[in-house]
Amino acid sequence: MARAVSTQRKTLTTALAWAIGLVIFFPILWTVLTSFKTEAQAIANPPIFLNFDWTLENYAIVQERSNYMRFLWNSVILAGGSTLLGIIIAVPAAWSMAFVPSKRTKDILLWMLSTKMLPAVGVLYPIYLLFIKMGLLDSRAGMVIVLMLINLPIIVWMLYTYFREIPGEILEAARMDGATLKEELIYILTPMAIPGIASTVLLNFILAWNEAFWTLNLTAVDAAPLTAFIASYSSPEGLFFAKLSAASTMAIAPILILGWFSQKQLVRGLTFGAVK
Amino acid sequence: MATKASRSAARLMMAPAVILLMGWMLVPLTMTVWFSFRKYLPLRGGDLGPAGFDNYVRFVTSSSFWPAVWTTLIIVGGVLLITVVLGILLALLLDQPMWGQGVVRILVIAPFFVMPTVSALVWKNMFMDPTNGLFAHLWRLFGAEPVAWLSEASMGSIVMIVSWQWLPFATLILLTAIQSLDSEQLEAAEMDGAGPLQRFGHIILPHLGRAITIVILIQTIFLLSIFAEIFVTTGGAFGTRTLTYLIFQRVLESQNVGLGSAGGVYAIILANIVAIFLMRIVGKNLDA
Repeated sequence: MARAVSTQRKTLTTALAWAIGLVIFFPILWTVLTSFKTEAQAIANPPIFLNFDWTLENYAIVQERSNYMRFLWNSVILAGGSTLLGIIIAVPAAWSMAFVPSKRTKDILLWMLSTKMLPAVGVLYPIYLLFIKMGLLDSRAGMVIVLMLINLPIIVWMLYTYFREIPGEILEAARMDGATLKEELIYILTPMAIPGIASTVLLNFILAWNEAFWTLNLTAVDAAPLTAFIASYSSPEGLFFAKLSAASTMAIAPILILGWFSQKQLVRGLTFGAVK
Repeated sequence: MATKASRSAARLMMAPAVILLMGWMLVPLTMTVWFSFRKYLPLRGGDLGPAGFDNYVRFVTSSSFWPAVWTTLIIVGGVLLITVVLGILLALLLDQPMWGQGVVRILVIAPFFVMPTVSALVWKNMFMDPTNGLFAHLWRLFGAEPVAWLSEASMGSIVMIVSWQWLPFATLILLTAIQSLDSEQLEAAEMDGAGPLQRFGHIILPHLGRAITIVILIQTIFLLSIFAEIFVTTGGAFGTRTLTYLIFQRVLESQNVGLGSAGGVYAIILANIVAIFLMRIVGKNLDA
């Protein structure tokens, strides 16, 4: 039975929650607003909220001067490529762990998780050196591999927790009817696994998009994604607020929208299934 | 029952993931450990022979080591304290009935999806800039002298930026945990005359215990290695050089690979201590 909540209390809660929500969201809102101002309006005191002459010129300047599209394209390739590659490698692994578990399955899962805990800075130089030796420094291929590897444990884990929820009886029934492993995969498992795989893709795309240790240290020009693009605004261009805002808005908008769709998966993915 | 054939098929399917991660872990790790015992200066002749434990000793006796440890502890501790306490309060609030709950949730979660370089730069310039930042405008409005946040209150500023990024994570996980609480239990307690504080202390908080532990452990692992936030704001100046940043500077900026690698080994050991606790909890969950 739901408790009756007085309208007065609900109003109060609503007001408080909205106020806090807006404060937390404010830096993002402010960035988006500033991106449509002129540089003079962007630093005006007192600050201007909405009554300014909306302009798109910052976006044009940012694109023209720093070739935003190239960084965006790199971000898409790095995040998309690493996620796709990770899924291809992780699906069979997670499938076998979920449906043909052995005594060592749990140990393997925990060990995979432990590789995620390895601090990146501890292995920075070896990776840097290997990249130079193999000609992978500042290459998309090299970055796709690194981003795939750092997210692989999360991908395997997420898929594993989703696959485990698929009832094993269905598979056994299929086997009784003489379905081969291949048929089992194509006709039974794939349709049931698609939602889980989609959520995993979404979350890992976001994580790869925002990754800012390896992308800052191993890319320069050719493979540099949006994280590096923004870092180049560190100084002195950072003092041009309107342009910084336009660049920032372009870097976060795609992922912010994807992110809002992935709220639920975020919890499961980042806690390795420990909180659902 | 799994047949022998399906078992070997299973092993085959697991092989690529296991082999790749094994390589990803062992190859660089072995190299780091190897370098840490060498005098290795790429710009001054490369590998100059064995160094014994010199690098390990020099790393901890250098004048920047202890400050870096403190900085790391303050950032990790400060961010944990802020995000967990505010996260619990916020989760409790968001769990209440209200209008537009979905929208508020979206607003609160948004910072988590902002890439670290963007949030660091936006805060640094548009909010904390001593001339044109919003805080400076606000301070002047009240007749106060604007503060150069990132140089005069550098640690507080970084803790605040990072907390803003991680508060959504803590809130979201704690909210998920609160929502799994049996509401009948709370109602029964209320009927028995338990006040809001008692209900929080005796029912909600114990129920959240595991989720809080998980938030703390996972955040600690990520916070120990924050990099971009410092890279684009202070570049390690004004006392904001963390252990991670110190190692980065040793390895890539001053190209003292032996010394940096010894630091890396320390960082790996530190992270593993935290990881062991996290793995225990996650492992227990696997058995359930």
